[in-house]
Amino acid sequence: MSEDIIAALKENVIQGRQNKDDEGIEEDMAGTPGVLELTQAALEKNIPLEDIITQGLTAGMQVVGEKFSTKEYYIPDMLASAQAVGAAMDILKPHLESSNVETKGKFAIVTVKGDIHDIGKNIVAILLKGAGYEVVDLGIDIPTEKIVEYVREEKPGYLGLSALLTTTMVAMGEIVEALKKNGLRDKVKVLIGGAAVSNEYAQEIGADAYCVDGFEAVRVLDGFQESRT
Amino acid sequence: MPREGILVRNPYERISKEQVLQIHHAALEILMDPGMMCFNRQAADIFHSSGAEVTSVSPGDRSAWLVKIPEKLVIDALDTAPKTVKLGARNPENTLIMRGEEPRVYFISGSETNIWLDVDFPSYVKKSDPSTEIRVPEFRPRRGTVADLCMSAHVCEHLETLDGYIRTVNIQDKDITEDNKDVNKFFASLNNTTKHVMSGLTSLKQLDNVVNMAKLIVGGDEELRENPIISFITCLVKSPLQFVEDTTDTFIEICKRGLPIVVSSSPQAGTTAPIKEAGIIAQINAEVLAGITLGQLVNPGTPCLYGSVPVRARLDTLGDSYGSVETSQYNIDCVQMARFYKLPNYSTAGVCDTKTPGIQSSIERLFSQILVTLSGPQYLHCAYGLLDCNSVFCLLQAVIDDAHFQMIKFFLKQPQIDELNIAETLKQTREVVETPQKLYINYIRRVMRSGELSMPYPFEGDGDRDAMFELANNRMQEFLAKPVEHIDEGIAKKIFQNIPGLLPRLNVYEERRQ
Repeated sequence: MSEDIIAALKENVIQGRQNKDDEGIEEDMAGTPGVLELTQAALEKNIPLEDIITQGLTAGMQVVGEKFSTKEYYIPDMLASAQAVGAAMDILKPHLESSNVETKGKFAIVTVKGDIHDIGKNIVAILLKGAGYEVVDLGIDIPTEKIVEYVREEKPGYLGLSALLTTTMVAMGEIVEALKKNGLRDKVKVLIGGAAVSNEYAQEIGADAYCVDGFEAVRVLDGFQESRT
Repeated sequence: MPREGILVRNPYERISKEQVLQIHHAALEILMDPGMMCFNRQAADIFHSSGAEVTSVSPGDRSAWLVKIPEKLVIDALDTAPKTVKLGARNPENTLIMRGEEPRVYFISGSETNIWLDVDFPSYVKKSDPSTEIRVPEFRPRRGTVADLCMSAHVCEHLETLDGYIRTVNIQDKDITEDNKDVNKFFASLNNTTKHVMSGLTSLKQLDNVVNMAKLIVGGDEELRENPIISFITCLVKSPLQFVEDTTDTFIEICKRGLPIVVSSSPQAGTTAPIKEAGIIAQINAEVLAGITLGQLVNPGTPCLYGSVPVRARLDTLGDSYGSVETSQYNIDCVQMARFYKLPNYSTAGVCDTKTPGIQSSIERLFSQILVTLSGPQYLHCAYGLLDCNSVFCLLQAVIDDAHFQMIKFFLKQPQIDELNIAETLKQTREVVETPQKLYINYIRRVMRSGELSMPYPFEGDGDRDAMFELANNRMQEFLAKPVEHIDEGIAKKIFQNIPGLLPRLNVYEERRQ
């Protein structure tokens, strides 16, 4: 029974079905339990949290990633699966906090001051949440001091900065400098992304990494996880 | 069910209705004055006995007649010429139904080139960085062979957008002669594609052998009339305004047998036709009408296609310039003239002036492929793989052209704007503005898998390097490895027993046994 739920959870992640109303990819799935309902059922059956995450959610996302790399899946599929996993993580969050299961950490993401473009930022947020990170979206056009204040108060392990315009990307350098001035630079990994920036720019302003897209953001953060262990 | 082709709603019209009438009247006037110079006695006799004014002129040693074709003969011919022409196929699902008034486009290969272009991908090392190696396509021209023709028909069978097959290459093997060329080119084509096969005829003596071969394939005389798996192109008119002696004989004999035939004319603006648009269109219209009139006089009801291959002259060589913008203009004008007469049109697009595939080739061919398609010709030939002003065929280019036509066909799909779609839009917008991300991405998946979205360019490489040729070559190799449905073994045996001149190496069943 527990195996059935875990197998169904994995399959529904692959199908990108957040709840029973979603159609998924295969026919005749609408109406059957989706990731949310199955996660709830798994908790009710007292299936270990680690099994729900690793054998259900993460195992499903791994298949999705493989299908994406072979071009069977496209970004909308990847996002649907990531959103489903993200929604499941929201349900699991209180249980994780009261257990000893280690989480991947908190990732705060923001579009810097002067810039209101957020499609890329939103996609990165969905993908990282789907990859098991706790994602906090600080919004768009956010002043530097507000970002620094958030880092000081909430202590995220990772900070993602997004900018589309060459006129606004300079704010990224200001943020890194402000973190240094406030003694916070070594407390948080800073990742930058967006059409205007590059690997060279990340090095120039002293960011920890440049990510060309959301998939690279997942890879970079997972890389930080591995080096931590 | 016949093939669908693509229906062009609201086809592009370049010339006004008034201009169509002006061309029509000018053509009728040309047919009376100066009339057609006829080098074929049989045709002159047919016209004479039908009421045309025929005068012997005999320039030099050749017998010739000046034929003045009265309007009534032309109008009567336009009455009896079928307005719907069916081109059959070995696989009935590949049948083409062409209605003169319906702008449904079928995409066709052809035409016969002398040169076949091979491609290879040698490696080169970067001088400034010897660790960098790239593969660059290298094209090598050579004379076409019957094996090439088989290979071309095989690949064309698998090209999704290609609706019918005109032989792409002239077979120039040492054992091919004037007496066996026709049977071998038709058999090589028919045996490797289940789509309709059209070709010209090299020797009138071979006509009955070719027709008998087709009868053996479909099962008899009546069956061939019902399912004409072959049809013919004849250039009975040489511009300006001349009935050619031998091809007119061929045309007359094909008409007598009632098989579908293209009445094709290919004037060149600037040399064999006036340089101005009004001039070349009036002349080609006169030439095609003259041919159709003859065909209907020979055998009323003969299925004819209004065949137009007008081109502009290149001013540096006085060769045909298929890549010139005017060539597309002329072809679109002819599409309109054919539609005015309610006759299915055989039109031309996709040929380029450049000698090898590349950027210029892509621009020239895609320009005419898009524009001429938009005008809605029924039978769009020359569209795959032709280069160097119709004298070179490259199979790799044909595979690339298939991708072009997939894009064009997708573009011509009907817009889905209706109550259902508007209601769905309103629902989605309300739902999306409620979400934190405000993205419509979740709605893409169902649409993406329903086939409603166009696919990415199929030969798009990874990274910065253009990989079009390599990826298209991979696709071509896949097509070559994929089998085709050959003519049934028993029928093939009968064909080889009854049709003289076939090369034994074309018998795939015998080849496999060896």
